[in-house]
Amino acid sequence: MVEKIQGFLPHRPHRIGGIVLQIAFIVVIAGLAYGVILNVAQNLARAHIASGFGFWNNTAGFDISQTLISYSASTSSFGRAFWVGLLNTLLVAAIGIVLTTVLGFVVGIARLSRNWLVARLAGGYVELIRNVPLLLQLLFWYNAVLKSLPPLGGSLALPGGGILNNRGLFLPRPEFGPHFGAVLIALVVAIAAAILLREWSRRRRERTGTPIHIVWLALVLVCGLPLAALALAGFPLSFSVPHMGRFNVSGGVEILPEFAALVLALTVYTAAFIAEVVRAGVLAVHAGQTEAAEALGLRSAATLRLVVVPQAMRVIIPPLTSQYLNLIKNSSLAVAIGYPDLVQVFAGSVLNITGQAVEVIAITMAVYLAISLFTSLLMNLYARATAIVER
Amino acid sequence: MKRLATAMTLATVALFGPQAAWAQTLGSIKDRGELICGANGTLAGFGVPDPQGNWTGFDVDFCRAIAAAIFNDPSKVKFVPLTSKDRFTALQSGEVDVLSRNTSWTLSRDTSLGLDFIAVNFYDGQGFMVHKSLKVSSALELNDATVCVQQGTTSELNLTDYFRSNHMGLKTVTFATGDEARKAYESGRCDAYTTDSSALYGERLRLPEPSQHIVLPEIISKEPLSPAVRHGDNQWSDIVRWTHFAMVDAEELGVTRANVDEKLKSSDPETRRLLGSEGQYGEALGLTNDWAYRIIKHIGNYGESFERNVGQGSPLKIVRGLNALWTKGGLQYGPPIR
Repeated sequence: MVEKIQGFLPHRPHRIGGIVLQIAFIVVIAGLAYGVILNVAQNLARAHIASGFGFWNNTAGFDISQTLISYSASTSSFGRAFWVGLLNTLLVAAIGIVLTTVLGFVVGIARLSRNWLVARLAGGYVELIRNVPLLLQLLFWYNAVLKSLPPLGGSLALPGGGILNNRGLFLPRPEFGPHFGAVLIALVVAIAAAILLREWSRRRRERTGTPIHIVWLALVLVCGLPLAALALAGFPLSFSVPHMGRFNVSGGVEILPEFAALVLALTVYTAAFIAEVVRAGVLAVHAGQTEAAEALGLRSAATLRLVVVPQAMRVIIPPLTSQYLNLIKNSSLAVAIGYPDLVQVFAGSVLNITGQAVEVIAITMAVYLAISLFTSLLMNLYARATAIVER
Repeated sequence: MKRLATAMTLATVALFGPQAAWAQTLGSIKDRGELICGANGTLAGFGVPDPQGNWTGFDVDFCRAIAAAIFNDPSKVKFVPLTSKDRFTALQSGEVDVLSRNTSWTLSRDTSLGLDFIAVNFYDGQGFMVHKSLKVSSALELNDATVCVQQGTTSELNLTDYFRSNHMGLKTVTFATGDEARKAYESGRCDAYTTDSSALYGERLRLPEPSQHIVLPEIISKEPLSPAVRHGDNQWSDIVRWTHFAMVDAEELGVTRANVDEKLKSSDPETRRLLGSEGQYGEALGLTNDWAYRIIKHIGNYGESFERNVGQGSPLKIVRGLNALWTKGGLQYGPPIR
């Protein structure tokens, strides 16, 4: 108790000096920042360039080719255009991160395979992709995707009602009737039940030693329960099928070729780097671990899954976070192919129409910073949650 | 990228702002020894470097005319290629002295961008280009079409206005430069390409089969193209403005590159005032009194520059139309030099 109280008081003189110094430093930095902002405002006013954030509510007037939320060129504001661009960026980033992680892990572990051909192929992929600039790869994928797709006149009709041509991939859009909420609830309940089932089977196996395979049961649950709910609610689900117009396909969900090219390029490029990160992580695990696992009779797949990779994650996660952040920032290359991401819509169209470069670029930088910090935060939480507790 | 670099330049300049640079453009140009002109770089007929690196075009001629007026040497110009996205930031930040880049004069650009448009040197309008195979003869048949357009241009805004007011559906694909937009149109990604109709003729020439594409008859907007300078330096904007008017007045008075030397001896009072044989009008602008003589001698008058770059003497073959002199039924009108 006494030690705790003593620990509170700064009983060493240089600690007070340190705190004072830090406060003085913060005051100086804040003063500099304030001075800089004041100078910017004065110079903009003197050059008669509009400044301030009033432009946010003005009508945008331009169209955006992919909007995840409702947007109209004639009534939506620049602020709305910002959100549309931001959602497009986040969509590319989210899908890209998932796909690139999968591909990166596969290639990374493949490079360590004992099969000579597999290892060399993976090595060739990594060396080729890492050493070609991303912009070139993006233009390659865009031109490869566009040139290989048929023009509107020769559209491919996909089974299930989809249409594929060089304007995009058009899939039937699900339309939800009343009571569809019940189906969603059923799905959530089924997933929760499956997780609980897996926990129970694991505890049972640890306690008694006999494994109980619940995979099929879980599958039946996750598929069957929502289907049952669907039937009970009277099938409140219909699909609006895309159909060919004179110039375009209307109806249905549209997936732009620009989007496909961007996701492909980002995935393939970042996967090459993630493959090396994974390989480094796996090689960092002590060889004794693998030998001990094999001595216990585990096959190589199980060794990897149960022994090596969990330990390797400690080494993998920090550089993996960097690669995720690179992917998010590289998505701004969408400007080169006309995909309406945040930079293209906001720091492109909005900047040019309003002319307010300083505010627009500042907002864009702040948004990217926020997205990156949030991703780092999530990855750090994950690392802490899965860290190996050492004795 | 270029756009980010110029935006950063603008931010840096704004942050540590020079106090009076805006008011001394002519002085700094003379010190530097050359004019820095913001140009297009990819638009045939208006501003494009030829394979040897020499810049030619209607807007390029205008910058050369200013350089001729200041230095008596039309080659003392450095051309900076700018895309539609970064052209205004380049001018605002001081990277270029004058923007001669087929830019439309609008109210918001005149006010909130801190720029001054000096005079309309090309009256234009926005049009559409489509593949002949679509069998479309009017823009009103383009319901639900996909249109390629350049970012940050008035074309982008006029396009949505036109389709909305005609109750037609629209899908747009926007690109940063005219090259990318044209390539996407070529590959069939979009049904139509829209920009100023003078640019359409130029872009059509760069397609692999120009005869397979037609420019639709509708002109859906007014696009008065004008060079621009920064707010705050009235002497400089006067110089740029009167360069244009000197060229128009010269055409009205019949002064051409070929006969300008004889016209020096003319007794017509207007010609004498134009070419500096009488009066001190050049010095009032801050230049020499033979400023207009230099322009005509090196570049020619407005009509000559027009025909050479975009008119009958060029592959574009654009007719004078609205750009004819006011005495011939057009809109080009130069105030008197007196």
